[in-house]
Amino acid sequence: MKNPLRTEAEAFSFVLVVGALALAVALAAVFGGGPVALAVFLALTVGVAAGLYLRSEPKEPERAVWERRADGRSRILVVANETVAGTALRKEIVHRAGRADADVLVVCPALNTRLRHWTSDEDRARADAQARLDASLAALREADINASGHVGDDDPLQAIDDAMRTFGADEIIISTHPPGRSNWLEKDLVGRARERFNCPISHVVVDLAHERAQAEARARA
Amino acid sequence: MATAAHAHEHPPPANASSRVDARLLGIYIFIASEVMLFGSFFTAYFFARVVVQNETWPPEGFELPVYLALVNTIILVTSSFTMHWALQSIKRNYRAGLVAGLTLTFLLGLTFLLIQIREYTRIGFAPNDLAFGSTFYGLTGLHGAHVFVGLNLLAYALIRAVRGHYGPKEHEHLGVEIPGIYWHFVDVMWIVVYVTVYVV
Repeated sequence: MKNPLRTEAEAFSFVLVVGALALAVALAAVFGGGPVALAVFLALTVGVAAGLYLRSEPKEPERAVWERRADGRSRILVVANETVAGTALRKEIVHRAGRADADVLVVCPALNTRLRHWTSDEDRARADAQARLDASLAALREADINASGHVGDDDPLQAIDDAMRTFGADEIIISTHPPGRSNWLEKDLVGRARERFNCPISHVVVDLAHERAQAEARARA
Repeated sequence: MATAAHAHEHPPPANASSRVDARLLGIYIFIASEVMLFGSFFTAYFFARVVVQNETWPPEGFELPVYLALVNTIILVTSSFTMHWALQSIKRNYRAGLVAGLTLTFLLGLTFLLIQIREYTRIGFAPNDLAFGSTFYGLTGLHGAHVFVGLNLLAYALIRAVRGHYGPKEHEHLGVEIPGIYWHFVDVMWIVVYVTVYVV
């Protein structure tokens, strides 16, 4: 719903609407008494709120703007959380970074429960994300990749946006669980990121259960 | 080299990730806090009104000047029209309209405030007379304080307008737009106060 006081002109219209509502309520109070006035007030309030909601325009996706750096080095932004230490993602990063002599920034959104988010209780989420990020960075540096990273906003799209403004990536890699197990895919993160960011975006699926099973099989062999 | 060294002496420019102008965002947040402030006063008023049982409201012996307040309401609503005219004028680069609109808005607001002060001196009860007196003076006084702040903003905008400030482009008349938004908000609050306290 739109802010009715967004501009002076809209605020003026709001005054007229509230004035008309108040006049109706006042007339109801004078001629019908308190209960009638209350009923008129509630009916009009619900009607106006519904009208404003139905008339509101769908929000267009905002396209992000950032500056690419001119030092000639390729920059890759990787966004992943639980899958950040996955083998498939690591291989993809090594493949792309090795091919282009790139700087890699890994961002781990600090995923949290809704309740903890509302109560600003995010220490544990950030600590978990930091631990996964550290493991991933260590593995990338072992592979001679110039990688750095940080824990980002719990909204992955916002985390990408924040990173893009300081890092200015040439390409983005988004890592998720397989379809059916990924909340990010459920929320169409990849599609929304492609709408918002005007640069190549790759999607890597990391099946941690499968990788774990393979590792156990190798260990048994 | 000197330029690069100089650049390192300052922090990087602030990232304006929001598309809303910071000054407009400021007034939105301020008004949101004001809505909560008025909400708390209305809550106190309705609480007092609901807990008073077997009594008329206003209680016996209290009488409100409904028609005088109606005149005051009309004055304040009219001031919203003149405020809107002032801003529309500067959008069309009609400077005389801007000055006239702001002057009329200021005078109407001042008239409202003076009538309210006069009403206080003759109303016949004080803020410490029952919960009704406290909540009445609390709500109308809170609103009066907002009108006073609005008059200061209008006076500042008017002085700048007389000195030739402001222009038709969007970023050139924010100094009128923001007091205008605030003034309309104060107007809306008065309409709610009037209907709630004087009429219903």
